[in-house]
Amino acid sequence: MSKNASYWSANLKLVAICMVIWFVCSYLFGIILVEPLNNIQIGGYKLGFWFAQQGSIYIFVALIFFYANRMGKLDREHGVEED
Amino acid sequence: MTLQSMTYLVVGFTFALYIGIAIWARAGSTKEFYVAGGGINPVANGMATAADWMSAASFISMAGLIAFMGYGGSVFLMGWTGGYVLLAMLLAPYLRKFGKFTVPEFIGDRYYSKTARIVAVLCLIIASVTYVIGQMKGIGVAFSRFLEVDYDVGLAVGMGIVFFYAVMGGMKGITYTQIAQYCVLILAYTIPAIFISLNLTGNPLPQLGLGSTMAGSDVFLLDKLDQVLRDTGFAEYTTNVRLSATNMFMYTMSLMIGTAGLPHVIIRFFTVPKVKDARSSAGWALVFIAILYTTAPSVAAMARLNLMSTIEPTPGEYMLYDERPQWIKNWEQTGLLAFEDKNGDGRIQYTADAETNEMTNVDRDIMVLANPEIANLPNWVIALVAAGGLAAALSTAAGLLLAISSAISHDLLKGVFRPDITEKQELLASRLAMAGAIAVAGYLGFNPPDFAAGTVALAFGLAASSIFPALMMGIFYKRMNKEGAIAGMIAGISVTLFYVFQHKGIMFVPSTAFLGDLPENWFLGIEPNAFGAVGAVFNFLVAFAVSRLTASPPEHIIHLVEDIRVPAGAGGAQAH
Repeated sequence: MSKNASYWSANLKLVAICMVIWFVCSYLFGIILVEPLNNIQIGGYKLGFWFAQQGSIYIFVALIFFYANRMGKLDREHGVEED
Repeated sequence: MTLQSMTYLVVGFTFALYIGIAIWARAGSTKEFYVAGGGINPVANGMATAADWMSAASFISMAGLIAFMGYGGSVFLMGWTGGYVLLAMLLAPYLRKFGKFTVPEFIGDRYYSKTARIVAVLCLIIASVTYVIGQMKGIGVAFSRFLEVDYDVGLAVGMGIVFFYAVMGGMKGITYTQIAQYCVLILAYTIPAIFISLNLTGNPLPQLGLGSTMAGSDVFLLDKLDQVLRDTGFAEYTTNVRLSATNMFMYTMSLMIGTAGLPHVIIRFFTVPKVKDARSSAGWALVFIAILYTTAPSVAAMARLNLMSTIEPTPGEYMLYDERPQWIKNWEQTGLLAFEDKNGDGRIQYTADAETNEMTNVDRDIMVLANPEIANLPNWVIALVAAGGLAAALSTAAGLLLAISSAISHDLLKGVFRPDITEKQELLASRLAMAGAIAVAGYLGFNPPDFAAGTVALAFGLAASSIFPALMMGIFYKRMNKEGAIAGMIAGISVTLFYVFQHKGIMFVPSTAFLGDLPENWFLGIEPNAFGAVGAVFNFLVAFAVSRLTASPPEHIIHLVEDIRVPAGAGGAQAH
């Protein structure tokens, strides 16, 4: 497998992991499973409600920086970084 | 100092600042005009993107909507932030590597077709103009409300200001102005929120205040709100689903994909120096957006609670109409807040039952603007909120106008019809196109054809169903060819437009809605505002099917796709 092809498949794997987290914290926890999660209380927040109005947003932010950081590493490992 | 003169002072000062910056950062070349010379630091770029992104809808309208939708309003919170994850991972770095100025330029080159480029330009213009009309209207309303002038005069002043700095400065001026506008709007949003959170819960951070107990008691704020709403017959705040889980899913998806498909947001990632900056810049943009978006749910819940306890200070004991506070009188004059004493007891009963409810109109859009008045905050805070609302509307309008003008001058004129024009002529054409776009949007703003929140959601639906799938497949699916991409874009945008028009009326004229805006006619119970996600699915399916039945893209296109997938060798954004 060429250098670029292995870089690309590593990238796709990373994107797939991130997209799963993206989906779970918003669609799964915030919408699909919101009712069972609402039985759990964190401070004054019902957990499902918290994911929908607060938690998902924090996770989105963290997710992008995690991705940017890991991609920077992948760039260097595969020798495809910019000059 | 009176509120009126304070407002003039604060708004006047911020405007002088924006215009000063626009003059200082005048654009001299097309590269500076379109992508600010490709030299903007990723943090600064993120801040400008945040101002570009957060419009009057985010600033003025969203928290008010959530206040009355409760949990159902989460579609806006997740939808308008989650799109940045898609942008950072699926589009921004690759489009930056491609290194051109506009979104249609990428589509035209990737799909080796002028037709594809023209279709993309048309989709872009339809989505952006739809969006910019709403901003122009927001500018007009905000100016007229706070400067106490006529709506038409307010709109004309706003058009003049947008024209001045967007046309003079281009992307370079807009980027620096937007940084200033971000600072104004975020202060204007968070300062009243902090005051109100302190007031109600004793916690200065609104994000934590929302999950805290009421000051001086051990009842949680959200439990108290649920209780108050149950007692008056309304749905519980924290569990009030918007129509159905399916509808909320599609609504959120439509806003997310639309975010990643709106051209004025995508071009922001052409302005950073490197591919890796494009990735982190999306993260920075979301940090700055999240400050407002995590504050908004607190503003919403606390405003609703304050409203309920103003109307019903002790359970069962409603407010006497004659003793209503000043802010209610102010907003009554605008007609956006209205009462009717149906049982003639001199008190205002606010209940979920339409028969006995006496608060006959409470416009969602007044909540954020009235919030500091409800909480009795000082005049300078109220003036600051006015300046913040204007900053939000102006920055978004300018960004959209730039996307429209570059599509016309760069993609249509230089790219398709007159490739031989000089850089100077192109710059002139771009400024003329921008002036034209302001005139059209302003004209529609003077005579708004029933444009409201639905139009903004439509703009997202249109971008979601046309541009996003074409971009994504262009990067991730080498086999996608021009026939597939063109058929997909046309299918996606047509399905979405058709669905919206059949329920909302052709060009939003309600009498032409041949199926009526009735939930029982909705496909799978999905409201028209949420239909962009379905349109996007159509786009993907049609594009895939057509591409399998037609010839593969040529060899050099395969190489182009392979090249944009790796960061190495990216220069600055280039003209041809």
